[in-house]
Amino acid sequence: MLALNNIEVVYDGVILVLKGVSLNAEKGRITTLLGANGAGKTTTLKAISGLLRTERGDVTKGSVELDGERLDRLPAFDVVKRGVVQVFEGRRVFENLTVEENLVAGAHSQRDRSKVKDGIDRVYASFPVLKERRSQSAGYLSGGEQQMLVIGRALMSDPKVVLLDEPSLGLAPMVIEEIFGVIRRLKDEQNLTVLLVEQNAALALDIADHGYVMENGRIVLEGPAAALRENSDIKEFYLGLNDAGARKSYRETKRYRRRKRWLS
Amino acid sequence: MLDLPWRFVAILFANGVLVGSMYALIALGFVLIYKATDAINFAQGEFVMFAGFLAAGATHEAGFPWWISALLSVAGMIVFAFGLERIVLRPLIGRPVLAVIMATLGLGFVLRGVATMAFGGGTQTIPLPVSNAPVFIGPLILPPIELVGAGVSLAFLGVFGWFFLKSRVGVAMRAVADSQQVAMAMGINVRRYFALAWAMAGVVSALGGVLWGGMLGVDNQLALVGLKVFPVMILGGLDSIVGAVVGGIIVGVVESLSAGFLDPLVGGGTKDFVPYLLMIAVLMVRPEGIFGRRRIERI
Repeated sequence: MLALNNIEVVYDGVILVLKGVSLNAEKGRITTLLGANGAGKTTTLKAISGLLRTERGDVTKGSVELDGERLDRLPAFDVVKRGVVQVFEGRRVFENLTVEENLVAGAHSQRDRSKVKDGIDRVYASFPVLKERRSQSAGYLSGGEQQMLVIGRALMSDPKVVLLDEPSLGLAPMVIEEIFGVIRRLKDEQNLTVLLVEQNAALALDIADHGYVMENGRIVLEGPAAALRENSDIKEFYLGLNDAGARKSYRETKRYRRRKRWLS
Repeated sequence: MLDLPWRFVAILFANGVLVGSMYALIALGFVLIYKATDAINFAQGEFVMFAGFLAAGATHEAGFPWWISALLSVAGMIVFAFGLERIVLRPLIGRPVLAVIMATLGLGFVLRGVATMAFGGGTQTIPLPVSNAPVFIGPLILPPIELVGAGVSLAFLGVFGWFFLKSRVGVAMRAVADSQQVAMAMGINVRRYFALAWAMAGVVSALGGVLWGGMLGVDNQLALVGLKVFPVMILGGLDSIVGAVVGGIIVGVVESLSAGFLDPLVGGGTKDFVPYLLMIAVLMVRPEGIFGRRRIERI
């Protein structure tokens, strides 16, 4: 289980971005983290993966633990060795490497060559289109293929926990469906733990078991995904439904109610 | 039909190819560092000079046979490059490119001065076991040292090329070059690869120092071969090993032909700047070089 205990993140030594965030991602479950732009979702993921330090950020209080072991003092490459891997938002493939080389690079923490080969086969089995493109430069793949590649590349490290940042961003619904199908299958078959950050709340709450809502660097709401789906605030502000469950027209919303603040 | 002395042209051409392969070896030092760390090492020529001094010093001061001197030079350059990366370049990670350029440029001058102080201003030799008698191959007459130099250079270029393209470590190095942050997120220890790239550049410089030093003699003018590498790099593309070979050979041939045909007309000296004319022309037409990677842009 991945646990964040009351962490505080400061950028540049002065800018407080996360103000005491606690959350748990249970083993073999999909946990989603929702929130508006700038709420601190990506920062939370980077605090876990240790990549904050490349952006002059630091965890100043609290702890990040995986099965009781502290991660927040480790360099990013050691966090991967402990079994936590982050998939960046925006499909950050190694553009000048081929698809297969991207996967090999993803398996860098694996010493065993046969495991690397098995990993590549497994990724190709999950995303057959990548096999067709195996010797192409990753920079020339379509958006959906690139998203599949970055997820496949992350799986190459044989992780216990995958931190997924906005996997649906800018992709066609069919492609999103395929990718989310694979994520769900990995959870079911390999007992993978997923922490999913999404803008698309309907999608996220549909696939997730548990959810947290962030605003302004704090967790403001949490609960089982099914309960969050029924929460009237979530419905109105994230799912765009009115009380009756019908799709809402923004014309009918009173202006002053459009933006909900849980903390005021 | 122009009446060229074909045999003369063939000899100049072959000479250019051989010398060009040796330029390629030095250019490889640039490519390794540029590929892995995105920095341009303007002290590459001084690295070569320094390595030459190490080998010459080991031979003359300590009396080692040539091959021990060469190995000592390789070992010395690895240590030197490691230390340099650690002390000077690591603190510059994340700073503007200009900072690294200025640092390496300054380092070049420091090295040249220190080497002259430590080893004296005279020209020293590295006695390689290569005869001076010219080799006849068909119509060609070639100096054996160039044949050996080109052979060693191409062999190492092949090894490094294979390493970069196929090995796990090479793939990781290219991943680091592509995006340091993503590489880190994939469990790659980026700093270790920076150090490795510098160490590899040290090895290449040592080989270059022994070969070029053996051919030209070692003094602080040896650093000037580093300057020839700029047209090589621009022609071939900053980040391509194949480009370094092709660029090196083109520069070698152009230089050799201009020395053979233009120098007698104007009284000499053209071979030192003609490659740069070519470089400027290439920059105007194809800035990424022949084999350089183009930026992949999504539209």
